Amino acid sequence: MAKAKGTVTFREDRCKGCELCTTVCPVNIVVMNKDKINVKGYHPATVSDMDKCIGCANCATICPDTVIEVERIIEK
Amino acid sequence: MAKVFERTNGLTDKPFHYCPGCTHGVIHRLVAEVLEELDVLGETIGVAPVGCSVFAYDYFNCDMHEAAHGRAPAVATGIKRVHPDKVVFTYQGDGDLASIGAAEIIHAAARGEKITTIFVNNAIYGMTGGQMAPTTLEGQKATTSPYGRDVSHAGMPMRVSEMLATLDGAKFVERVSVHNAAAVRKTKKAIKKAFELQLSGEGFGIVEVLSTCPTNWGLTPVESLKWLEENMIPYYPLGNICTPEEVK
Repeated sequence: MAKAKGTVTFREDRCKGCELCTTVCPVNIVVMNKDKINVKGYHPATVSDMDKCIGCANCATICPDTVIEVERIIEK
Repeated sequence: MAKVFERTNGLTDKPFHYCPGCTHGVIHRLVAEVLEELDVLGETIGVAPVGCSVFAYDYFNCDMHEAAHGRAPAVATGIKRVHPDKVVFTYQGDGDLASIGAAEIIHAAARGEKITTIFVNNAIYGMTGGQMAPTTLEGQKATTSPYGRDVSHAGMPMRVSEMLATLDGAKFVERVSVHNAAAVRKTKKAIKKAFELQLSGEGFGIVEVLSTCPTNWGLTPVESLKWLEENMIPYYPLGNICTPEEVK
């Protein structure tokens, strides 16, 4: 079966830390980066384990501030 | 690697001023993505309302016009009649559309103006500080109903979409939501259909999007989406309410 792999990039300084992206990830890898504070003063969203990403773009779909971009490759 | 999701050209690069977790951002993006996909960004004139989305003209990468409170459908009527070949839409909240602008939206729909209205319903007045709106649910607390909406005084909340669907001029009426990723994708489809029907000259189209207001509901953004799903959807059922026969 073809396996999808994805890469997610965050424009961290636009993130307002609403955490909506963390609720829709099917593999639960989107988390808030508690070690970092962005220019707006929030903990920005990040991905804990990029290898698990399947590139479904759910996080980008629910993000209200267009922080997230998603790329995907299908491995045969 | 193929990009499966990137920021649309339909939005300017200006960061939204909305509160964290406000779904206005999602709905703005969906409208912008649809306009870009239909390749009509250069042909579109949007009308911004009064309310939280009053600065919508800064965010959409198309021509925009500001209207007085509730009067966006009247302004859009004028624009569409002068420029019948342009795509004209209004973006309005529930305080703007269902309260002060009730007359304008009803008559725009009754006249069958060939415009598209994006109606964002979050059951409260957001910008002015969380007052009760015509769409506030029974028992829902707001700053002007601190013990919850009392329907013996305020009546039951208005279902605007069902009301407009009774008018012959309203050709496309659909209620959608943004409480999860699947719902957001359905919302985009509904918005796209509404704009396509405007392009084919069908008549008035409205998409009601159930939205959240974490700040004035007093909930976190994540709790707000849950509250929307559990409380608003039972009273405001999702789905298509009216579509032209030939495109069903």
